[in-house]
This record gives sequence, C-alpha cells and structure tokens, in this order.
Amino acid sequence: MAHPSNQQRVIVVGGGLAGLAGTVRVAEAGLAVDLFSLVPVKRSHSVCAQGGINACNEVARQQGYSEFEHFDETLYGGDFLQHQPPVYEMTHWAPKIIDLLDRMGVPFNRTSEGQRALRLFGGSLYKRTHFSGATTGQQLMYALDEQVRRYEAEGKVTKYEFWEFLRPIIDESDGRCIGIVAQDLRTMQVRAFRADAVVIATGGPGLVFGKSTNSVMCTGAAASRCYQHGVKYGNPEFIQVHPTAIPGADKLRLMSESARGEGGRVWVPAVKKDGQWAPHPTPGIDPRKLPTDQRWYILEEKYPAYGNIVPRDIATREIFAVCRDGFGVGGGNMVYLDLTHKPKDELERKLGGILEIYRKFVGEDPTELPMKIFPGVHYSMGGLWTTYTPGADYEQYKRGDASFDLRRAWDPAKRPACGLDQNADNNMMTNIDGLYAFGEVNYQFHGGTRLGANALLSCIFDGLFCGQSVVHFVTRRADDAAAQREQRIYDAGVAGEEEKIAALTSRSGDENPYVIAKDMGDLMTRESTVVKDEAGLQRALDGLAALNDRYERMSLADTSGWSNQNLTWARAVGDMLILADPILRGGLLRKESRGSHYRPDYPDRNDKDFLKTTIATFDPATKQAKISYEDVEIGLVRPRVRDYSKAKSKGTPSGSQSTKKNEPVGAGAGGAS
Amino acid sequence: MSNAATIAAAATAATTAATIASTQTAMDASTGRSKPPSGSRTVRFRIKRSDGHNKNVRWEEFDVPVTSGSEGSGSANVISCLQHIAANPVTRDGRRTTPIAYDAGCLEEVCGSCTMVINGKVRQACSCLIDDYAPNNGDVITLEPMTKFPTIRDLWVDRARLFATLKRTSAWVPIDGTYALGAGPKEKPDEQQIRYKLSECMSCGCCLEACPQYTLEEDAKDWDKAFVGAAVISQARYFNMQPTGATLKKERLDALSAPGGVSDCGNAQNCVQVCPKEIPLTESIAAMGRQVTVHRIKQFFVGR
Repeated sequence: MAHPSNQQRVIVVGGGLAGLAGTVRVAEAGLAVDLFSLVPVKRSHSVCAQGGINACNEVARQQGYSEFEHFDETLYGGDFLQHQPPVYEMTHWAPKIIDLLDRMGVPFNRTSEGQRALRLFGGSLYKRTHFSGATTGQQLMYALDEQVRRYEAEGKVTKYEFWEFLRPIIDESDGRCIGIVAQDLRTMQVRAFRADAVVIATGGPGLVFGKSTNSVMCTGAAASRCYQHGVKYGNPEFIQVHPTAIPGADKLRLMSESARGEGGRVWVPAVKKDGQWAPHPTPGIDPRKLPTDQRWYILEEKYPAYGNIVPRDIATREIFAVCRDGFGVGGGNMVYLDLTHKPKDELERKLGGILEIYRKFVGEDPTELPMKIFPGVHYSMGGLWTTYTPGADYEQYKRGDASFDLRRAWDPAKRPACGLDQNADNNMMTNIDGLYAFGEVNYQFHGGTRLGANALLSCIFDGLFCGQSVVHFVTRRADDAAAQREQRIYDAGVAGEEEKIAALTSRSGDENPYVIAKDMGDLMTRESTVVKDEAGLQRALDGLAALNDRYERMSLADTSGWSNQNLTWARAVGDMLILADPILRGGLLRKESRGSHYRPDYPDRNDKDFLKTTIATFDPATKQAKISYEDVEIGLVRPRVRDYSKAKSKGTPSGSQSTKKNEPVGAGAGGAS
Repeated sequence: MSNAATIAAAATAATTAATIASTQTAMDASTGRSKPPSGSRTVRFRIKRSDGHNKNVRWEEFDVPVTSGSEGSGSANVISCLQHIAANPVTRDGRRTTPIAYDAGCLEEVCGSCTMVINGKVRQACSCLIDDYAPNNGDVITLEPMTKFPTIRDLWVDRARLFATLKRTSAWVPIDGTYALGAGPKEKPDEQQIRYKLSECMSCGCCLEACPQYTLEEDAKDWDKAFVGAAVISQARYFNMQPTGATLKKERLDALSAPGGVSDCGNAQNCVQVCPKEIPLTESIAAMGRQVTVHRIKQFFVGR
C-alpha cells in the first residue's frame, strides 16, 4: 500500500456509529481526519439503539446457524430488495465485529460462565443478538467514541462539534468531491474545508415525519443537501415504522424489540364470539384482571412460527389493523406489550434501560403492568445511493458455474469471494467521485425492511470495512490532492451558502418554520407510513406543494448572527420538504407491496416490475425527484415468497439451474390488510 | 398557594417519585405520581436568557398551554414546551421575541444533551414532565443554564471541558488496532453489571453542576489543573476494571494524583443525588481514592 501523503485529509460528517467507526479505520491507516458533527459526537443518535447487534456465534452455529443463514434471513426479512454482495460481506464480518467491540471493552451481558449472552430478535429463530442491557447502541457508540478520543489525543483526528454540514464541494471539471462547506452553530461562521474524500454518515430522516423515535437532529437535511447536489437517492419510499413505541408530546420513545425477544407478548383485550375475536366490552379494564381467554395474542395466533418476533413491518401492520378495528386498549390507538410474566431480576438485568424509560416517561412499572404501545416512524432503509465492487467469485456464482455451495460452512480463510472486494476503492461511494455514504444514510443492506439488531451491524461494518475503501481511494489519488485544487471553487461554495442564509433571514411573511415542519410531519405520517394508497400519496404531494408555497412566505423570529437555532431549523425544514418529495413519489410509483411499503391497492409483491431499486434524482428546475429504476444484484440467493407464519426455508442459490431467476412470486408482503 | 410554595411542593413530589423509582421492589404504578386533573391548563415559564456568557442576561416569561398526559398521549415535558415557545415566540406580556436557544438530542435521557437547572435543581429537561413539575393551572417552572460551563446562548452551554478531561484521564481501552484479533477477555456477570452501570454515564454534567468543588473555568488552559469531577473519576474506575484498559492504570492514577485529581473531592456527595442514571459516583470516588493512595505509596517506595 502506498503511504498516504501527509497533506491528505479525510472529512467524516456525522459522529454516530458509522462515522466513528469510519474515523477510527481511516485514522488508523495514518490519514488525518476532520470529524464534523451537529452535536458533541458522544451525543449522536446511535445512543438510542437499544436491543443489540446480530452476528453468528458458536452457540447458534452448533444449532445449525451460520453466516449464510444470517445473510439469508436478512434478505428474506428485507423482501429481497437488497443488493446481495454487500449483505453477504457484512454478515460474514459480523462475528469479527463483535470480537472487536468486545476487545474495546463494551460491557456485553454475560452468561454465568462469562461468555457473551445472546437473545432472540425479530426475523430469526436462533439466538444471535449480542447485547448490553437495553442500551446496546449507547454502549457500542461510547466504545467507538473512546477510540476516536484516543486518536484525537494523538492529534490524528480533529473534531468540529456543533458544526453543521451545508454542502459537498464538487469540482465540476472532473466531478470529484473535494471538500465541504460547514457552519459553526455558535459563531455562525461559514467555512469551506478541503478533503481528499468525504464520508457522509448522518443517519436517517425521521423528523420528516414529525414525531418519530429519532433524535432532534435526525432531519435528513445532510442527505437532502447531497441529493440536491447530484447524489442519487435509493429506495426513498422504504421507511420503517417500529411496532412498539410510547407516544409523547415531543417524540415517540422506542420500546425495544428486545422486549419481545426476551419473551414479551403483544395482546389486546377481546372476547371470542362464534369463534371470532370481538372487541372487549370494557377495553379499559385493569389488564391484570383479564383471564387468558379474554386476551387476544394477535401475533402468536397469526404467525405461529415466529410469534411476537415477526419482522417489524408485519407487527406494525397487525397492531395498526387491530386498533383500526376497535380492539385498542381503552378504545384508543394502543395495544399491550406484556412482560409481567417474566422474573423481575432478569428483566432488570436484560432490559433495565427501557424499563427505566417507560417508568420515567409513562409513570408505570412494566414489570407490574403491561406496557401500552403503538407504532412509530423509526428507520429509513432508503438513503443515498452507493456502489461497490463485488468479490472475484461473484459473477461465476451468479451464472451458476461455481463448483462451491455458499450454504455450507466455510473456513473464513477459504470463504468464496462473493461479497465485496476488500481492495476496491468504491465500496459505499455515491455516484460522486470521492463522496461516500456510511450507515443509515445509505440505501444498502436492508431492502424492504430492516431486521432488528442489523442496523448497528451495518453502521459499524460500513465504517470499518468501507473505511478501507476511503483509504485506498485517497492513497491512490496521492498525486491529485485536494490541497492543489483551485481556491475559487471553495469560495464559490461558501458564497452560495451565505446567499442562502441572507435569503432566509431577509424573508418577510407570516409563516413560521416550526409550524410548517409540524404540518409536514402530520401529512407524511398520515399518508405515507403504515398503509399507503394512490389517492393518499397524491393528496400528500399536493399538500407538499402547498407547504413549499408556505415555506416561501416564511419569516424568521430571530435574524441574529449568533447561535441562531431559528435559522438552522428553518434551513433544515427546507431540505426536509425537498426530501419528502422522493419519499412520496417513490411510494406512489411503486405499485406493489413489499416489506414496509404496503399498498392495499396493490397488495402483492411484484418481482417482475418492481424487484428494482427506486432511484430518485433531484431536478433543480422543478425541485422534484425524477424517478428511475435499477436492477438489484440477486446473484447469490433466489428471491422467494416471504411468509412468517411458518419457519423460513433454506435459501436456494440463484445460479442453480432448476428455476429461472426473477421468476415472479405472488402475495409476498404478508401482514394484515 | 403562592408560586414559591407550589414550586417547593412540586420539587418535593418529584424527589419522592425519583426515590420510589430507584427502589425497584417498592415501585407501584399508581403511587409514584399524583396525576393532575385532565384537560388544559397554563404553565408559566421563567427563562433566564443571554446572548452569551454574562452577555445581556435577562429573564423572560411565557405562558404555555399544556394538556395533561392521558391515555395515548404522554405528558408534556420541558422540551415540548420549549418547542411550543419556538413556534410562538411571544412573551406573556405580548412582546415578540426570539426562540430560546437550548441543547437537546435523544429526548429519552440517554444522550446527555438537555441538562438545565430547572426550579433550582440540575437535571435533564426531556424527562422533566410537566404533569409532575407543574400539575396546577398557573404553576411556574424556572429554567436556567448550567453555571459551571460557559453559556453559548440562553440555556445552551459549552461542555467541551468535560470531554477534554476524559482525554486527560486516558478514558479508553488501548486496543491493538481494529483488525480481527479474536475475542476480548471473558468477564463474570457480576463484574459486567458493575461496569455496565458505570458505562451508562452520558457526560450530561449534572454531577459537576451540583458539586461545590467543581468551578467554572472559562479558559481552556486552566482545565488541566482544575478538579476533574465525579463523572470522570468514575470513568477512570470503569477503564481500570477492564483488563486491557488497566494497562493505562498508571497514567490515569498519575492524572488523578495531580492537582485537580481525586483529592480535590470535598465529599459533599451532591453528585450521586443528582445523577439521572443513578451511577454510584461516591463509590467510584472512594474506589479511586484508594487506588490513588496505593499508587502514591508504591511510587514512594518503588520510585515509579
């Protein structure tokens, strides 16, 4: 490997799991890293992840589990919308990532023998989720934060905290990303920064939906700004609504899937009439007084194989449907998530973090009373489009010419190279040369639905594995360092952002950015979450146009030049409105049901027309998305019907001769209608 | 009831709730809180504002309508009220003003961002529920920025010193790089439970705000001599417990033996009372005090 030039620098935007893991990897290779974050990195949204991180482990392996099974489960859960090589690589790296986190000192829960404890999680019949209480994201992120702090103390990482990313700087002469424009949120200074590669690791856009499980900085504005500067956006319509959140005045607070993984049961009060469940005559009755035959365990009954640990989109639709049909607790939009049958000390040890949140914010004790929960917007499977280089054996396997079978257990050293090429410099690079997207902000790995406890894995995998691509890219371009690029390109970027600020602060009108954002959130949640249809999505697009008009008539209550959060919020709202368009438009045009995208007007999965990535490209003239489609790489496992009422079958190699690929499969989406 | 009396009553009620919540066995669904009557009421916010540290300090008051948390909608909290003020930036005497600047993140008490002084007591704003703090129409809630850190604006402070102090005490595990080198050490479950509790520290700074020995240091060059505070002492204990982390034990104990180290603790024990994660900070301080003593004796006799 060529030695990196001392002048070369890498910018990482975002200090959550993906950004921190990428920073560690790049700094370790000897490149200087400038790390930008809206908040001190230790406060990034990854701290909210609760349940755990998936990886094949020795216990599961001896019961028949494998990296291949993890791979196949992830595809099956995602309704086969993923490119397969990145998922294959990620699941094979998972055990090594757990080992590394363990070495970093993450306090994983332990068995009596001192081994790492394991729990069940959605979409799997094997215990393959490693966890640290019910605050796994916080614990993993702190471990990475500590490693970054170590590099910071050695002078290899420079943090820019309370700085906001405003745009990538792209040299139009060759289309390469050569830096960013950012703003200090305290002094409001706007500055350009040079970089030989830029990694965007800014997470999801939950706030586009108003109240969600996301943190207040998860606006999606950074992704939107990249999209507005020419980065393609993949599968925008795939938004995960988590089945179990508790409603609040300011946000929806997640109650981890681990509650169900540890035995939590979802039920509603009901009575049987003529063999059919009917709403309970007194649905607000003390749940402890209800006999078993007046409790409808909605998931266990309909999905006997997986029960309460069906993937999130299915649980969400079922909960949504029973509430719509009048079964909600107290007649409202809530169902019970019940842990009261479990021993208290075990609950405290394994789920203490979420029990504490529930006690503090609801004021009831989940070890005594069933929790009352309802779905909430949680995660975006879609995101910035990224590319990759498949491993050397991929094409051969896809053709069906390979002499090996991926389903057998492989010695890691001899594993077929059907995942990603470790030596490539484009893994998770966007369509802009030198601009990468890691973590939730990209569209890889999770397809139509993300399985629980795969997000922490994909974020860290991106940072550690694809961080190497960044190193390769920068070292291979050592003769073409950003330090040599013309200053005027950077000055133009700063001027562009300063003009935008001047325009926002000089506007007059009677509209208010907080009210516009609330109305956008209500609209998006109503028309584009659990159940979508043609009329509703069209209504939402019309509503969005009206909101854009109102945005033009918005004025700021605060036009000062110091720590002006009114300005930064108003700017982000504009970017959220722009990102809402592809989310709706992608949903309108995807006339099928797949994973989290559920259209009763097109209730079946349609592989013939829609086993494709939605690609949204920003049109500056209309400020709307142009939608096109791209084939999905499905060369490893043949797509099959997703049905969680019975145990998942073994994945069949795509290349095997018996059936042709892309064969349409029907009725795959599952779930209530 | 006068405003002052209301505040005192609300504060007492909140303390009681916290005590009950910390006693897992005694917690009962209905005893922790007295639910306010349902329906709408108005809560008055008194907010200490500024344009920077000690710059144009002033108080503003806002009347915020809140609805009691009922089935299906949680209680309003201080953050949702600040969001309401941002959308309606008008003081109670009808004067247009600017939205309040404040720091917030997860809103579920795991990120440590929204620490403020609320009715005179430091805590997270997100978990400060209006139904508990201001159950009656016309109740007053006072918001002030933390005083041990420089104010950026209004309620937003700069806690960079806290993170810098983590560097001073080598708060990391010095691994041999990120390549695949096998698993970490096994760990007994009871030790993991102790480390897990310590690792929940979210650097919110409540313990520092409440500590009489921890003082405002505006100039970064004084940070290396000033008291490190309970949070960082507890983190040093955390890293010294982990086998690989313990290879930097000497460096950490050197830092904690120096001026501003563990001996600066005045044993007021305020830290442990305000910690929102109920981390046993005084146990950590005692444990590190012992480690520092042994370290000094060794240094005296062995000379290293």
